[in-house]
Amino acid sequence: MNKQSPEERVKNFKEVAFGLREEEALKEASRCLFCKKAKCSMNCPVEIDIPRFINAIKNKKFEEAIMIIKERNNLPGVCGRVCPQENQCEGACVLNAKKAPINIGGLERFAADFELQHASIAEGQERRVEAVKVAVVGSGPAGLTCAGDLARMGYQVTVFEALHTSGGVLMYGIPEFRLPKEIVQKEIKYLKSLGVEFETNFIVGKTSVLTEIFEQGYKAVFVGTGAGLPSFMNIKGENLNRVYSSNELLTRVNLMKAYLFPEYDTPINIGKKVAVIGGGNTAMDSARVSLRLGAEKVSIVYRRTENEMPARKEERENAKEEGIEFCMLTLPTGIIGDDKGFVKSMECVKMELGEPDDSGRRRPVVIKGSEFIMDVDTVIVAVGQSPNPVFLKATPNLTVNKWNKITIDPKTQATNIKGVYAGGDATEGDDTVIAAMGAGKRAAKAIFEYLKNEK
Amino acid sequence: MYKILYNEKIAPTIFKMVIEAPLVAAKARAGQFTMIRIDEVGERIPLTIADIDGKNITIVYQVAGVTTYKLTEKKTGEFLSDVVGPLGHATDIRKIGTVCCVGGGVGIAELYPVAKAYKSSGNNVTVIIGARNKELLIFKKELEDLGAQLYIVTDDGSLGEKGFVSDILKRLMDSGDKIDLVYAVGPGIMMEVVSNLTKPYGVKTLVSLNTVLVDGTGMCGSCRVQVGDETKFACVDGPEFDGHLVNFKELKARQNLFKEQEKHACKIRGI
Repeated sequence: MNKQSPEERVKNFKEVAFGLREEEALKEASRCLFCKKAKCSMNCPVEIDIPRFINAIKNKKFEEAIMIIKERNNLPGVCGRVCPQENQCEGACVLNAKKAPINIGGLERFAADFELQHASIAEGQERRVEAVKVAVVGSGPAGLTCAGDLARMGYQVTVFEALHTSGGVLMYGIPEFRLPKEIVQKEIKYLKSLGVEFETNFIVGKTSVLTEIFEQGYKAVFVGTGAGLPSFMNIKGENLNRVYSSNELLTRVNLMKAYLFPEYDTPINIGKKVAVIGGGNTAMDSARVSLRLGAEKVSIVYRRTENEMPARKEERENAKEEGIEFCMLTLPTGIIGDDKGFVKSMECVKMELGEPDDSGRRRPVVIKGSEFIMDVDTVIVAVGQSPNPVFLKATPNLTVNKWNKITIDPKTQATNIKGVYAGGDATEGDDTVIAAMGAGKRAAKAIFEYLKNEK
Repeated sequence: MYKILYNEKIAPTIFKMVIEAPLVAAKARAGQFTMIRIDEVGERIPLTIADIDGKNITIVYQVAGVTTYKLTEKKTGEFLSDVVGPLGHATDIRKIGTVCCVGGGVGIAELYPVAKAYKSSGNNVTVIIGARNKELLIFKKELEDLGAQLYIVTDDGSLGEKGFVSDILKRLMDSGDKIDLVYAVGPGIMMEVVSNLTKPYGVKTLVSLNTVLVDGTGMCGSCRVQVGDETKFACVDGPEFDGHLVNFKELKARQNLFKEQEKHACKIRGI
């Protein structure tokens, strides 16, 4: 797919990947073999009927294509851009045998963008049938998906969002150049047209607690509060100035638009030599954001090798094209500050891979005597997130596992509390947007069954 | 949109604003704060809730940069885009005996709801408030009306005694009267001095920290501070911490992180 050139794109926050043009989409759709037992669909976490929508594109029936996608996927403009297709639909495509899998993500994005540009078909029909209220806590991909499905089933849905803008990680976590915020807001507008209500500045756990939500007349609750608590490495110097969690960097830049400071009031203070610690999509995003904020040298520092990195292939490739250095098998052990309390350098040690650990990946082991100093003035810690504690602390009777992830029945997303379901990063399971959406869909189905039986 | 019912200057550089925010007012307790955003381009800033009345909350702010300056320009009847809360842990106001509440500068407004709450639980409350001069000594009447023992100091002696809040506190501790808890809120340096003062006397001291914040719900770590051996988030673990364990040097350094940016933003606006 066409992209902005690396030299150009590191100076702006505009979307990097241009979508497929119509001729390209038609050409790609024509390559599809329309397999009867399509492996692509079987590997889609929300089971989109992929051959059917590709066939619609092939026949220039673009509106039909997006309708087919939307039967299973409420946020197609998002998924087409951020799904790890190489591990899902495209990775399963039989044409991999010829090293030429269909660009399914590109086709999904093409259909979604076509619809968003032709506003008339983007409006859903408000179809409130039941006078039954369901609450959704959190407006990230899990909550938005569940809300959309519930609204289409006829329930009266209210989404409670702690921040001042809806979208969750789609707004604060994923940068503009990967997922334009306009797309997210259009998807939310579509949900509003289905009758979904959004209450921002409402923190369930502070503004109201869970029991009060039920007291206000909601018959079931879906919890999609995400994993917004940043992890730190607990090494010395981690509280120095210009050490940020990736969450802070991304929230300031993506949500609060610090890249437009001082036109926007939220500042960000990034130096010239940035080290991003971590190997996931958040680390890639943090590194690429740092470049665009004016850093001259950005390094990804990861304790394993690139093979073990969880980041999406396209993001790793984009990061390398943009000139980001990959310092693999490297572990920071301490951050050194100057006399004003700002980062001056970082102590590191080299690693080698030993036996596999719990995650199945080979465990990194310190190489004795390999200590060295990295010349950096900014450190971004992107080593993971865990569930935000505000909701959990206010709901002590909710069962969570040892990592504070809400325990759920994987078939129904039900928690241990009657009428309460959960999905997305707040629960056990994969931490991708599409997995969150799958969970939102399962939960909506289960809530439907639950409310039917409660009558 | 949250309606502004009142926005007036109460001292040089210090303003009081009353905002209609029913969901926040319904739950707010002493010690908690709200995050507000003025408009679409605005930053989110934390403000301690100084008082509650029905559906309305009162905040007191000192002009220190672009956002607080923009707040001064809002008129009664206009709106703030976003107001959320209450955030942070409420003060534990159980009856414990004698509580000495110490407030400096704009921190006096933050001290008021806490002193009021400690008094209403049956504690014997002493209040020490200080400011640079008479004009900057805010909330004098509100604190007098509490009926607690009130000491006033100013740097220049224009009101009350000449000196610092720590001078009065030391005198009280030296007099032999038992103090079960010191609660201090004000500039970082004031809270540090108070904490260093009470430590050798073994008097438990709580401070309410004023770190930089972005979301206020524990998701970014901007407000992190070292307390003892651990790193805590002021927004969800605090804002109150044991003053004897807070790393004030680090706290003060971290408050400088965006000084250059803030200066630049003020300069281009002629603030």
